[in-house]
Amino acid sequence: MTTVTDDSHHDDHHEHHIPTGIKRWLYTTNHKDIGTLYLWFAFIMFLTGGAMAMVIRAELFQPGLQIVDPNFFNQMTTVHGLVMVFGAVMPAFTGLANWLVPMMIGAPDMALPRMNNWSFWILPFAFLILLSSLFMEGGGPAFGWTFYAPLSTTYSNDGTALFVFAVHIMGASSIMGAINVIVTIVNMRAPGMTYMKMPLFVWTWLITAFLLIAVMPVLAGAVTMVLTDKFFGTSFFDAAGGGDPVMFQHIFWFFGHPEVYIMILPAFGIISAIVPTFARKRLFGYASMVYATASIALLSFIVWAHHMFTTGMPVGAELFFMFATMLISVPTGVKVFNWVATMWRGSMTFEVPMLFALAFIVLFTIGGLSGLMLAITPVDFQYHDTYFVVAHFHYVLVTGAIFSIMAAVYYWLPKWTGKMFHIGLAKWHFWCSLVSVNVLFFPMHFVGLAGMPRRIPDYALQFADFNKWISIGGFAFGLSQLIFLALLIKACKKQGEPVSGQVWEGAEGLEWEIPSPAPYHSFETPPEVK
Amino acid sequence: MSEKYEKYYVPAESPWPFMGAVALFLLAVGAGNLVIEITRDKEGFGGYFLTAGFITLFFMLFGWFRNQIHESMAGMYSAQLDRSYRQGMAWFIFSEVMFFMAFFGALFYARVISVPWLGGASNNLATYEVLWPTFEAIWPLVETPDGTKTQAMGWFGLPLINTVILLISSVTCHIAHVALEKNQRAKLKLWLGITVLLGCIFLVLQVEEYIHAYTEMGLTLDSGIYGNTFFMLTGFHGFHVTLGTVILLIMFLRVLKGHFTPDNHFAFQAGSWYWHFVDVVWVLLFFFVYIL
Amino acid sequence: MKKILSKAESVLAVLLANPVFAESEKHIDQYKLNMTEGVTDISAKVYDLHMLMFWICVVIGAGVFIAMFISMYFHRKSRGYKPATFHESVKVEIAWTVIPFIILIAMAVPAANLLFDMEDASEPDLTVLVTGSQWKWHYKYMDNDVEFFSKMATQAEQIDGKFAKNENYLLEVDRALVIPTGKKVRFLITSDDVIHAWWVPDFAVKQDANPGFINDAWAKVEQPGVYRGQCAELCGKDHGFMPVVVVAKEPAEYDKWIAEQQAIQQKAKEEEQRLLAMNMTMDEAMALGEKVYNANCAACHMPNGEGLPGVFPALKGSQIALEDQPKHIDVLVNGVTGTAMQAYAKQLSMSDLAAVVTYERNAWGNNTGDLVQAKDINAAINGK
Ligand code: HEA
Ligand code: HEA
Ligand code: HEC
Ligand code: CUA
Ligand SMILES: [Cu+2]
Repeated sequence: MTTVTDDSHHDDHHEHHIPTGIKRWLYTTNHKDIGTLYLWFAFIMFLTGGAMAMVIRAELFQPGLQIVDPNFFNQMTTVHGLVMVFGAVMPAFTGLANWLVPMMIGAPDMALPRMNNWSFWILPFAFLILLSSLFMEGGGPAFGWTFYAPLSTTYSNDGTALFVFAVHIMGASSIMGAINVIVTIVNMRAPGMTYMKMPLFVWTWLITAFLLIAVMPVLAGAVTMVLTDKFFGTSFFDAAGGGDPVMFQHIFWFFGHPEVYIMILPAFGIISAIVPTFARKRLFGYASMVYATASIALLSFIVWAHHMFTTGMPVGAELFFMFATMLISVPTGVKVFNWVATMWRGSMTFEVPMLFALAFIVLFTIGGLSGLMLAITPVDFQYHDTYFVVAHFHYVLVTGAIFSIMAAVYYWLPKWTGKMFHIGLAKWHFWCSLVSVNVLFFPMHFVGLAGMPRRIPDYALQFADFNKWISIGGFAFGLSQLIFLALLIKACKKQGEPVSGQVWEGAEGLEWEIPSPAPYHSFETPPEVK
Repeated sequence: MSEKYEKYYVPAESPWPFMGAVALFLLAVGAGNLVIEITRDKEGFGGYFLTAGFITLFFMLFGWFRNQIHESMAGMYSAQLDRSYRQGMAWFIFSEVMFFMAFFGALFYARVISVPWLGGASNNLATYEVLWPTFEAIWPLVETPDGTKTQAMGWFGLPLINTVILLISSVTCHIAHVALEKNQRAKLKLWLGITVLLGCIFLVLQVEEYIHAYTEMGLTLDSGIYGNTFFMLTGFHGFHVTLGTVILLIMFLRVLKGHFTPDNHFAFQAGSWYWHFVDVVWVLLFFFVYIL
Repeated sequence: MKKILSKAESVLAVLLANPVFAESEKHIDQYKLNMTEGVTDISAKVYDLHMLMFWICVVIGAGVFIAMFISMYFHRKSRGYKPATFHESVKVEIAWTVIPFIILIAMAVPAANLLFDMEDASEPDLTVLVTGSQWKWHYKYMDNDVEFFSKMATQAEQIDGKFAKNENYLLEVDRALVIPTGKKVRFLITSDDVIHAWWVPDFAVKQDANPGFINDAWAKVEQPGVYRGQCAELCGKDHGFMPVVVVAKEPAEYDKWIAEQQAIQQKAKEEEQRLLAMNMTMDEAMALGEKVYNANCAACHMPNGEGLPGVFPALKGSQIALEDQPKHIDVLVNGVTGTAMQAYAKQLSMSDLAAVVTYERNAWGNNTGDLVQAKDINAAINGK
């Protein structure tokens, strides 16, 4: 049924025809080029968001106000959250999808290559708007990444209009990216590649893309209402006109909760690829992994109000959302257990991607379990809006999403460049990150339980010691990422030992059957999948 | 080269997507600044950016589509690509559905939750007694808690006529499509032309209704949650009808130029899907906004 | 550049000298790792539930990690372990779907029960209306004629590091909420502007204060004492400086206190009338005005009157503060609806208002020479 590049109008699938110069990057329609752009963009955003986190941590190093004023602190918190979520994690996953999905399903490229380019190039512009608002009069957004009304409407500065339109075009980019992924997966699989033979990374992305298309427009609706409430006199979120500020939260979290799974499902796919390779044993329970992913995605639509237990919902609603949220642990647990069962009686080695994957499993589980505690409504009254929540979501996001992305980069980098990365640096990167990230985020549980609210620039004295350690961990984790930067620069300069197509001894999948570096169009003739 | 597979067309690199990104950038900066300037009575350059954005966008769309039409007419597209386009369009429409869902959600929330709660329902007796003791929770909300008064828009008259118009236009659009598939060009032109015309009439009547609401009923965008949901839903719908009409108009022009064949007419198909979608949204609107 | 350098310098100095260590040593006793057990029946149950959840999670986590580490240690290639080939088992999958599900039910039941108790605020002995606004709390006793604002009392100098920080740094207020022990107190919680959240960890009470809606919560405190909490929903610039302090007193003492308050507030009203007839001198007005300004206005308009450009307008050199005196008084008395500028008529006495207007019209080089008196404010409020 599918797909060969045998058209005479299209001749640049031979290495020597690759266009060069800046135009190559601006006009490209090649999934690998676009994937690279996405990944570099995501990494730059990670450093940017990280630099903001460093400002936060420096201010919180000790009680009192030392470095920034509270208003700027709020801008840092807000923009840190936005940049990390929309600028780092999501584009990084999209970049990986671009690089890997066509290779994994035996296609020459994405289904809609020009739209692919469009979705990428929107992003730098969207973030240009968002970040430049920090330098304008009144400053950038200061209402938290969740931009609750009416703090983001009546009580925000006028720069909110720019924030709204930046989110709009960012959303357009995500939707187009997601459509592309779905269409590619549905239409461009090599002959014989049935759905239940697709690698899990492809599966998880298929489902993620569905989530994206379903919820990004809702976010667009939410920001639109914020815009009209602030500037055009509507009162969606204002009781005086018959609306309700809590309505904003419902709409936002209807987007927001699926959004957090958007940031973790592809990670599950990555881990499901890496663990079997280095355990030299097939993934345990492939089918149940697929079903679990789908259940998580479906459940994610009916749990949103667990972020809103303190808003005064009726008890019935609180119970419903508590139970639904708890249920998500079951399919997630299935995944964790499957990974452990894959390792069980395997023949394990511990190359760098595997190290990150193992750290992921342990630390993500810790984050997941604290999520489960948060789901228990009566206790969430104590946890809510404290650093306990901050600890939870950094465990699932940093040691979850970010670690999985790093694992993925280490795993597939040799395939991309044709050279093995600098293993010494990589190990340093891993061990420094592993230790410092826990110094950074683990004590947040304690200060949170002891009663430290989140989003505050200054705190009471009993939290001082832990915060000092948290900040030290933060600086160390930040510096550790510079090792990664160095390693990536080396890799892009194509330094290192050449590798074979297979790269890792135990790796299975179509992407390992082509040479390293992967040819410009991976499959000139579609591979036959048994 | 193996013949047993279909041809797959990887488009060569192209300047249009990047230009599209620039257009969106200009539009976002322009719209953002313009909103601030209009509502805060300021001078600024928002309008210029917005205009530049639109010009770039049209230039981009024109160029991109011309390219695309060119390639399509040259027979460079495969069935696989056609499928990709169709599915892409279907998912795009799904995303539009979800966009409207956000506003329908707001409408339902207001009707089922926020307005009754302000009137003391559920666990909100104190809200009513302490904060809004004179508030009457009814829908349509003709008097807001802070006392803004307005009137409700009835469903009889213009809205009903508009419903009929849109429903008919969906049928005519379908007839045109069938005609195209049977290669009856004259019939195709006629019915597609009628569809475009109906779209325009709908829009004119909609404007009429808005003028009526603003000048005679005191029903405005800022007259409380009833007006908010009314104008946002019908407004975004109207915006989509405008887009749909423009798309169909372009299809009409292309038909006049002799484009499309019975089995290769993705653009037409997409336009007609879009039109049906806009139609379904209207039916929902008519039901939930006007009648109920 | 110079500014940045000097900031960098101070950061360095801080890092090197690090006075925190010394300071927090003193408070080592109140340094906690875990959630408080609190002082109400409910808060104790919340704590127990929290510990139950915690231990369940620890056990599950430990199970998973132990299994994982066993295979990492024993089933490794370097020990020559050959991989097995099994890769699915429906039975096992069902087991690890059903067992967690059962665990979840075991967690859900006590949680649901406790939730019903927490949400049942019916039949209170006493009701207090708690209203948040940027950045203070207003308490109104619904059964008595007593109401007041409660603001953070920590001095700006402690925050800036000029003075040593005292024990309840950031957690002290000028006037605490007082409640009786042994009585079921119902809190009606709402807001005047953005969303705040009223949180007292010791009562396990955290409720959002939503503008235009009222939420409720309740507590029955057994031991007298001082209980401290904070605003727990981002509410703008000074969200971190919006503490909650509740003092629980024996019923008898509480009754005495409330009677006193009633008398004081009554007296204040009379005093207000008397002051109307008096005139302040310029110096008196400026001195009082500065005090009032720093306590109430400086949070937004900044101590130097320059505001935060784009967020809060400058009063220094503002057209309203320099020329339009009636408008100035009007803004202060009625606020500006739809902005963060609140109406101060109910928050400050007329002489305070007069003084602060005078101050704003003469400080920071706004040398208008205008002297505003309480009776001018009275005229604006009551149209007399
Ligand atoms: C990648 C992102 C990610 C992921 C995967 C999750 C996963 C989960 N989250 Fe998290 N969450 C966030 C990101 C994420 N979250 C963010 C960003 C916020 C804060 C937003 C903000 O306010 O700014 C948040 C906040 C948040 C809250 C609101 C807290 C509050 O504000 O008061 C809650 C409450 O229920 C919650 C719950 C959960 C649960 C139950 C899961 C579950 O999916 C976890 C499931 C996993 C496990 C449970 C572990 C593995 C399972 C087993 C080993 C099986 C056995 C276990 C049992 C059956 C008991 N999360
Ligand atoms: C994927 C998402 C993601 C990621 C990766 C991170 C990463 C980090 N986060 Fe973030 N965080 C969020 C998502 C994320 N966060 C969200 C959603 C919020 C909520 C926002 C809100 O409340 O609205 C939040 C809030 C948040 C807070 C709470 C703020 C508050 O409530 O006031 C804190 C505080 O410590 C914090 C810290 C950190 C740190 C130290 C890192 C580190 O992991 C970052 C490490 C990376 C670097 C440091 C960059 C690399 C190095 C350099 C650029 C060189 C310079 C380095 C030095 C000078 C040392 N984050
Ligand atoms: C929570 C923040 C906040 C506090 C506290 C506050 N203000 Fe304001 N104030 C504002 C904002 C915001 C405006 C701008 C209103 C507008 O947009 O017209 C304003 C406007 C004003 C103006 C009009 C200035 C101008 O040029 O438009 C005056 C005068 C003023 N405030 C005085 C005061 C005084 C006196 C106090 C203290 C008793 C005070 N404010 C406390 C936020 C605050
Ligand atoms: Cu009030 Cu935070
Ligand atoms: Cu969630």
